Amino acid sequence: MGPVLDLAGIHEPLSERASIFMLRAALLFPLLCLALLSTPFAARAAMEIQVVGGAASQIAIAIVPFQAAPGQPTPALTDIVANDLDRSGQFKRVDTAGAPQAVQPAQVDYASWRSRGAEAVVIGQVLPAAGGRFEVRFYLLDAVRRTQLAALSYVIGPGQWRATAHQIADIIHEKLTGAPGAFSSRIAYVQKQGNRYELRVADADGYSPRIVVRSVEPVISPRFSPDGKRLAYVSFEDRKPIVYVQSLADGSRRKVAAFKGSNSAPAWAPDGKRLAVVLTRDEASQIYLINADGSNPVRLTRGGNLDTEPVFSPDGQSIYFTSDRGGSAQIYRMPATGGEARRVSFSGGYNVSPAISPNGRHLAYISRDEGRFRVTLLEIETGQTRVLTDTARDESPSFAPNGLAVLYATVAGNRGVLGTVTLDGRTRARLSESGVDAREPAWGP
Amino acid sequence: MNKILWPVLLVLTLSACSSTGDKPAAVESRTAQPTTTTGSSAGTTGTADAGVSGSTLPSAQATDPRKDPASPLYQRSVYFDFDKFDVKDQYRPMLEAHANYLKANSNARVILQGNTDERGSREYNLALGQKRAEAVRRVLNVMGVSDAQMEAISFGEEKLRNAGTTEDAHAENRRTDVVYGDE
Repeated sequence: MGPVLDLAGIHEPLSERASIFMLRAALLFPLLCLALLSTPFAARAAMEIQVVGGAASQIAIAIVPFQAAPGQPTPALTDIVANDLDRSGQFKRVDTAGAPQAVQPAQVDYASWRSRGAEAVVIGQVLPAAGGRFEVRFYLLDAVRRTQLAALSYVIGPGQWRATAHQIADIIHEKLTGAPGAFSSRIAYVQKQGNRYELRVADADGYSPRIVVRSVEPVISPRFSPDGKRLAYVSFEDRKPIVYVQSLADGSRRKVAAFKGSNSAPAWAPDGKRLAVVLTRDEASQIYLINADGSNPVRLTRGGNLDTEPVFSPDGQSIYFTSDRGGSAQIYRMPATGGEARRVSFSGGYNVSPAISPNGRHLAYISRDEGRFRVTLLEIETGQTRVLTDTARDESPSFAPNGLAVLYATVAGNRGVLGTVTLDGRTRARLSESGVDAREPAWGP
Repeated sequence: MNKILWPVLLVLTLSACSSTGDKPAAVESRTAQPTTTTGSSAGTTGTADAGVSGSTLPSAQATDPRKDPASPLYQRSVYFDFDKFDVKDQYRPMLEAHANYLKANSNARVILQGNTDERGSREYNLALGQKRAEAVRRVLNVMGVSDAQMEAISFGEEKLRNAGTTEDAHAENRRTDVVYGDE
């Protein structure tokens, strides 16, 4: 069972000039539907993921393929778990070929695993359960101390297969590294094909994409609400940029900022009740605070500079943003109520698109150096920076919910692709889909 | 079939509406305010027009000058240098023509659409494009056009006219377009 396309709750706004496109779409859409239904999704590459690199120090883990139940979904749970753990860069996988199957801790030959270099072993089994469901049991074992670190059982329907694998990967990550995994989280991104734009929400590994907005005009800047239930975004469907907030449960949405001029750059306050947005209703692009229902805009920045890309600190007390008030594009911080701003980016002439880590200690942003736009990490307290990528057209960085990696957009092979990179810059994953331009990613809960 | 029929009808209707430009009200106002626009910038004076006003043929006023390639109103784009948003002098005559049209037609509306090349952050480029739209709006404002007739918006890098990566391609994208609301 591959990625499932869920078409519930889609918005397809039309512009006047969409009449011609609708004509083409009306002809093509039945063909496309037919193609989608008849092609098995597992064979159709959704997101292709390539991982390179790894942390300086990795935990050697043996993931023994689980005993399978007849008719269980594909791929194997351990394949999904292994891919998740690979993306974290924290694990070195021990070869399990030729090893005896074990489904209970008592069956595990620890000496054999130790001789293969394993520090931890994962075993498990899938059993058929009533009503077409499955019981998944797994154990995480410390191969050195020969103890059980986790033992869990789940009863699931086939639709929860991948989610279960991600949960298992999260538990393994947390038990062995001490930090929670982010494998059960989601990402939002925009996909462009010709003149068609789709705002999609997918699993953190790019699978199971769901279209939440379909449009013939651009969509940019999707942002998950703190509770993950809503998505703010900017749509050009009315021939100018307007900020929407949409419910992910039922697809209902409202215009949150549609003032005269341009409306953009939504950023959620940690309480989920307000957003910072950029409006041009007074003069140049300025940052305002607005309620999530669009009421009561309050201007925060002054001076008529170019101020944009606001993002709240996790404690809600500050807003980081991009401004040209000093003569070049740099990142500043001001109180969330507005007021004096202090510059936080100091090297280079173009630093934009701030993203703040969940613990508030790191800023990820894009810096331009000799024409190359690259994801850069700033440790706020020390001021130390580190360039995380070696690509040249990076955009739109955001942190994983566990703060251990940054998701961003870049260009590879002449098309837009998504990437993740760990904070040490050593482990990189590329998520791409052939024939498709992906951009504007945002990592959500 | 309905999905095809209605869009086709809509397209036919829209194209029928825009093919002729005769709007009796506009014709009258042009006669009432003869060519202070092109008159002043081209060097020909109003005195010649004062004599012409009585004998101007109605058919000559029937074409929308905005659609006449020879008219400065046909020119719609102001181009900008990299990272810049100042309106260069070479665009002033064209903007004067639009200003005069707008002052003569108080129901006319323009949208000033700012654009950038595709390098850099999308939101930052949205704001930079906005600066380019605002710069043109301010010029028109100083020329006497009322704010009620103008809206400055930005497409940032989202509506590239040229998707290439050469400097010439980038230059073509750094612009503000003057778009009339009835087009």
